Amino acid sequence: MTLFAIRNLHILTMAPLDLDLAAGECLAVTGDSGSGKSLFLRALADLDANPGELFLRGQPSTSYPPWEWRRQVSLLPAESSWWLARVGDHFPGPKSDLHQRLAEVGLPADILKTPPHGLSSGERQRLSLLRVLLNTPTVLLLDEPTANLDEKNIVLVERILKRYQQLHESALIWVTHDLAQARRVATRHLRLGPDAGHELKDV
Amino acid sequence: MDMVTLSPVDLGLAATLILLLGVVSLKLRLHQTRQLYIAALRCTLQLLLMGYILKLLFAASSPGAILIMALVMLLSAGQAVTSRMHRPLSGRWSYFLGVAAMFLSSFTVTLFALFMIIDITPWYTPQYAIPLFGMMLGNTMTGVALSMDTLTTTVFQNKQSIEGRLMLGEKWRQAIQEQITTAIRTGLTPIINSMATTGLVSLPGMMTGQILAGSPPMTAVSYQILIMFLIATGTGFGVILAVHGTARHLFDHRHRLRLDRLTGGNG
Repeated sequence: MTLFAIRNLHILTMAPLDLDLAAGECLAVTGDSGSGKSLFLRALADLDANPGELFLRGQPSTSYPPWEWRRQVSLLPAESSWWLARVGDHFPGPKSDLHQRLAEVGLPADILKTPPHGLSSGERQRLSLLRVLLNTPTVLLLDEPTANLDEKNIVLVERILKRYQQLHESALIWVTHDLAQARRVATRHLRLGPDAGHELKDV
Repeated sequence: MDMVTLSPVDLGLAATLILLLGVVSLKLRLHQTRQLYIAALRCTLQLLLMGYILKLLFAASSPGAILIMALVMLLSAGQAVTSRMHRPLSGRWSYFLGVAAMFLSSFTVTLFALFMIIDITPWYTPQYAIPLFGMMLGNTMTGVALSMDTLTTTVFQNKQSIEGRLMLGEKWRQAIQEQITTAIRTGLTPIINSMATTGLVSLPGMMTGQILAGSPPMTAVSYQILIMFLIATGTGFGVILAVHGTARHLFDHRHRLRLDRLTGGNG
């Protein structure tokens, strides 16, 4: 059964794109720099206007309020943003649950009291991932979620994402430079470009 | 006490001071002499023109003429707001929003003062209406220009965090809250500082003028207090309206950040 459907999506000068994703499926997206991978994810999160149509469980994106759509179809950007003084300020809601969830991604509870810019990129990336997962998105759009991470953190982030995907039967769209990672995490593979083409195949 | 009127010779003496400053800045290679002379010349011509128009207005004392004068002042203020912005909205939107905000705040507050506080008959008595509106507009304009410029500049710089917040499911107003607050605070700071230091550090120009013209100090003081309150109110509401209007225009109906609506914002 189709969970997420993409119809007639226009990215740069590429031929219009149609795609169906089932629950629990993971699609890897690769392509050269500038091939439109990030623009593809931004269009799916409805951050850029696009003539194409998007459907979640058969309902068009336009039938959702935009903020509700982005909670369901959530983009984890390559660079995470922190706009308040402490990490914990970015996590509204009860803190008791949060301590448990932090432990699951291998972070101590007192990290909430620290300023975000003092953290390592691995810590920031895991916090940013946890923050988006707390919205329990149905479709998760990942823009190179393990770029700039060391081996240990890559394994950890991949494990967290796999566990979430299985637990919530969600669909993942995973942009990566690393073909080995694409084979590891995904069941299908979308290659953007070169020229006006794109190619979809099973992994 | 009659006021000492100034002759052209007196003003010429004052002008030699400006000439002297220009010569000194030329010697110091400050590259300011040209601008200084042009500004002094503009100041003279604009004020002479204004004096001439006021003379006509005082003679005519018709509400239509006053309103046309106010409209011209308002539209010039809108032009000044746009020209002070580094990244105005494209398609003259900064101009329209600035004019609308200043109209709603300055006009309303001036009319309130004329009808309810000063209670002058007729309300359009030009000796009151024009200087009052001029002072309101001048200060509101500074606040509006400062706050709109701060908003568009900080939004441009913080694109990543604003969009990061949208991605997490925040509405546009939440996502831009910090920038709205900063912009409004920046627009209000000058008038708050000026209220806090007036009489202590500075003697306001209006009050000084009134005293020079022979008013008793306490009359001048009470007018100055009135003007300060009016200016603060007009600036405050003008800034709030201008910032919210501009912020609204930076997002579309799907709560997407539209930096393409800023001139030079496509990067």
